[in-house]
Amino acid sequence: MKQEFDVIIIGGGITGAGTARDCSLRGLKVLLIERNDIATGATGRNHGLLHSGARYAVTDKESASECIKENMILKKIARHCVDDTSGFFITLPEDDLGYQATFVKACTDAGIKAEIIDPQEARRLEPSVNPSIIGAVRVPDGSVDPFRLCASNVYDAKLHGANLLTYSEVTGFIMDQDTVRGVKVLNHRTGELGEYHAPVVINACGIWGHHIAEMAGAKIGMYPAKGALLIFAHRVNGIVLNRCRKPANADILVPGDTVCVIGTTSTKVPYEECDHLQVTPDEVNLLLSEGAKLSPVLAQTRILRAYAGVRPLVSADNDPTGRNISRGIVCLDHETRDGIKGLVTITGGKLMTYRLMAEQATDMACKKLGLDVPCATATTPLPGSEEGGIEKIFKNMWTMPTTAQKATVGRAGANVSSIPLSDEYEGSVVCECEEVPVSEIDSAIKNMDVHNLVDLRRRTRMGMGTCQGELCGCRAACILAKDRDVVAVRNDLKQFMNERWKGMYPVAWGGTLRECAYTQWVYSEVLGLNES
Amino acid sequence: MEKKEVSFNNFEQCIKCTVCTAYCPVVPVNPRFPGPKQAGPDEERLRLKNKMFFDENLKYCLNCKRCEVSCPSGVNIADLIQSARRRYSAATPTLRDTILANTDIMGHLARPFAPIVNSMVAAKPVKAVMDAVLDIDKNRTFPKYKAHGFVGWFNREARSKQAAYSKKVAFFHGCSTEFQHPEVGKAFVEVMNAVGYGVELMNEECCGVAMIANGLWKQASRHAKHNVAVFEKMVGEGLPIVATASTCTFTMRDEYPHVLDVDNSKVRDSITLVEKFLFDLIDAGKVILVFKKDYAARIAYHIPCHMEKLGWSIFTKRLMQMIPGVAFTVLDSGCCGIAGTYGFKKENYKNSQEIGRPVFEQIRALAPDFVCSECDTCKWQIEMSTGYKVLNPIVILAEALDLPATTAANRQ
Repeated sequence: MKQEFDVIIIGGGITGAGTARDCSLRGLKVLLIERNDIATGATGRNHGLLHSGARYAVTDKESASECIKENMILKKIARHCVDDTSGFFITLPEDDLGYQATFVKACTDAGIKAEIIDPQEARRLEPSVNPSIIGAVRVPDGSVDPFRLCASNVYDAKLHGANLLTYSEVTGFIMDQDTVRGVKVLNHRTGELGEYHAPVVINACGIWGHHIAEMAGAKIGMYPAKGALLIFAHRVNGIVLNRCRKPANADILVPGDTVCVIGTTSTKVPYEECDHLQVTPDEVNLLLSEGAKLSPVLAQTRILRAYAGVRPLVSADNDPTGRNISRGIVCLDHETRDGIKGLVTITGGKLMTYRLMAEQATDMACKKLGLDVPCATATTPLPGSEEGGIEKIFKNMWTMPTTAQKATVGRAGANVSSIPLSDEYEGSVVCECEEVPVSEIDSAIKNMDVHNLVDLRRRTRMGMGTCQGELCGCRAACILAKDRDVVAVRNDLKQFMNERWKGMYPVAWGGTLRECAYTQWVYSEVLGLNES
Repeated sequence: MEKKEVSFNNFEQCIKCTVCTAYCPVVPVNPRFPGPKQAGPDEERLRLKNKMFFDENLKYCLNCKRCEVSCPSGVNIADLIQSARRRYSAATPTLRDTILANTDIMGHLARPFAPIVNSMVAAKPVKAVMDAVLDIDKNRTFPKYKAHGFVGWFNREARSKQAAYSKKVAFFHGCSTEFQHPEVGKAFVEVMNAVGYGVELMNEECCGVAMIANGLWKQASRHAKHNVAVFEKMVGEGLPIVATASTCTFTMRDEYPHVLDVDNSKVRDSITLVEKFLFDLIDAGKVILVFKKDYAARIAYHIPCHMEKLGWSIFTKRLMQMIPGVAFTVLDSGCCGIAGTYGFKKENYKNSQEIGRPVFEQIRALAPDFVCSECDTCKWQIEMSTGYKVLNPIVILAEALDLPATTAANRQ
């Protein structure tokens, strides 16, 4: 790989991926560096809520109006990643119904369409909603698949010439007095050290951006706020459910792909914990008891797993929970701020506003490079996004499509044309819960920077279903092992299964525990994975 | 105890062990069918996401319920599949499906012309036309309609005698007893009378199983509601609902609530099969059977799929084994392939015969005097495919019993 670039972006989350896409669409030579896989930090550890902005309308108007603008853009440029479900803000008897008027006015002021609907009508439209609701407001919330969105941005960036280095950690900056000239990188897969040069380096590392900035001698006052979430085994609700009150714990239930997600909590954690988050029993209890207020059936629904992420908040005041910190975008020019030339940090913000964050960071990079190229990401669809949605795509392809064929279209969107699905082997299903066929796995391995089974899961949803890899883990490992070292893939399979178990452990009871016991039997007793 | 992890037809209890798919008779013969696990609990999650993920290939499910029998987690897999068809299928029943589904209407239409209809549907040119126009397979032998039905016989010959009995049962005879096999109903009345029970008929409608199979959901629900109302009245008067057909019994007990969302909770436990009803009485010492001294037969017992689902084949086995002079062999459990109207359809005929092949081969190898089975469509399939006669257990029982001696023994 050539070592000279126009811009180096550190961080393969949605912000870094979006920035890499924006930069490469504007004609810059881009290197995107990620120390793990793409979408491993906060990008892959959130609700997957396509915010309308309504949640922040009352407390954070700027974020709210950013959200609704980006919401409308994503519904056009990322159709295959977005599910336009709409959302309700419900008022329970214990809540103040008076807040509803304040809420609707604030939404309207921020440009968010908020419509008060009769509780009876709300119950009809969303049968899972708490039947005791006394008020409901409909807003244009939805859900978005953050893995797919991130991978699509990376894929498009690469189509426009960007280079990607995953499993590569920045160990330091190449400095020329007060100017950043590039980065030193340790490739964890090969153990090699490399140096890459560019006149501009963008730090898009979320909460880890704190350390990156420190390496260059700058300080960002970040506020690591952990949020825990639970994934339920199927979609309990079809419409996003929020509480119509000031943002609090466990008050959003999002239907995402085949599951639904309740969250979140918010607690400050030390930086050292950001790489080793555990969901505590208290958090699980809180999520379940509050979640059941949105939708009582949650109390009896099988839980697939628990997980937690860290919000990259930038502290403004001494808020113990982080709930009051703005979700607004923070784009720092370290030259004017700290006297360090060639370094930009893009942080704060949300998954929802990643594109706008990328635009601001790219604008700043272009300015430093002396270029004046307009941003095109608000109007250029991501590869796979197509008007008419997935139904139109599969109806054009097959007369009587199987669910697996439809599911593949649902994930790949218009990109499905590059995935062969017609012959019996290609179309046979690897992951039965999420209906992922052999060819989709093959295609991801070949084209989407997959180095192990966990990467493969992030690209395809394989292993994300009810059985959490019980059936598909070993099958996918066989496909992965075709062109790779079998022993390495076998170890990889162990890691994959352990990573699945990590998320199941905090909620291992009932059906989930039975599933774990069966999986354990299959992998250690039948397949002998425990033997060395 | 509070019920945990409640989900539609228990689909979330699936731990993906896949034993259902291993037991599905369709999977080995039809690659288009995704198999019960995938069609049921797996795809339910996608259907809940969006109904567009429904797969029309679910029509290949036989609804034999063998998946449910094999499931160690209590998932109502076939119910999930049928409910999905009911809720999401865009396919509308064809003329052929409607004809096949309306077993009762077709019976009424055909009966006055029974000899003509029977010889017509057996004639090669007519079969060729039905094959070409209606997609009803030309290789299929049609059951013969009888010119005189069971109810007519009952009204003429038996009804007046029933008042003499203080204990009574309500008999659900079903369509095939009425139109094709009145001898089953006659045997039922003879046996029940002999053991001291009077028989009452009800204003019954077809149980609706063929309508469920052919996508006539509204009509099926209408029948279900009608029957449940009739049963509630009978049960209220203290009469149990006794039937001779395993599929009707199973449908009325389990498909009404699971697939059609018709509440039968007040009568479900009172709907029973005659074999279970008799066995329970004998077991409790309340009924005595006296058999003919010279009865002898070599019988092969084919357990219908819905009998497996009910879990009641044990009662038939015990009853048949009570008959002295009977050499009784239970065939390996397997679907005969007909599944009601499924095997009549041109697109399923070949698969239907392929599914039933192990059953047919075993019968031929055993060469019994006749085959015993509670299900009339199994009867049609096995008789057509093997040439062996198939009798309902109640017919065998009526034949084997010394009826006057039994009557006398139960009079004390």
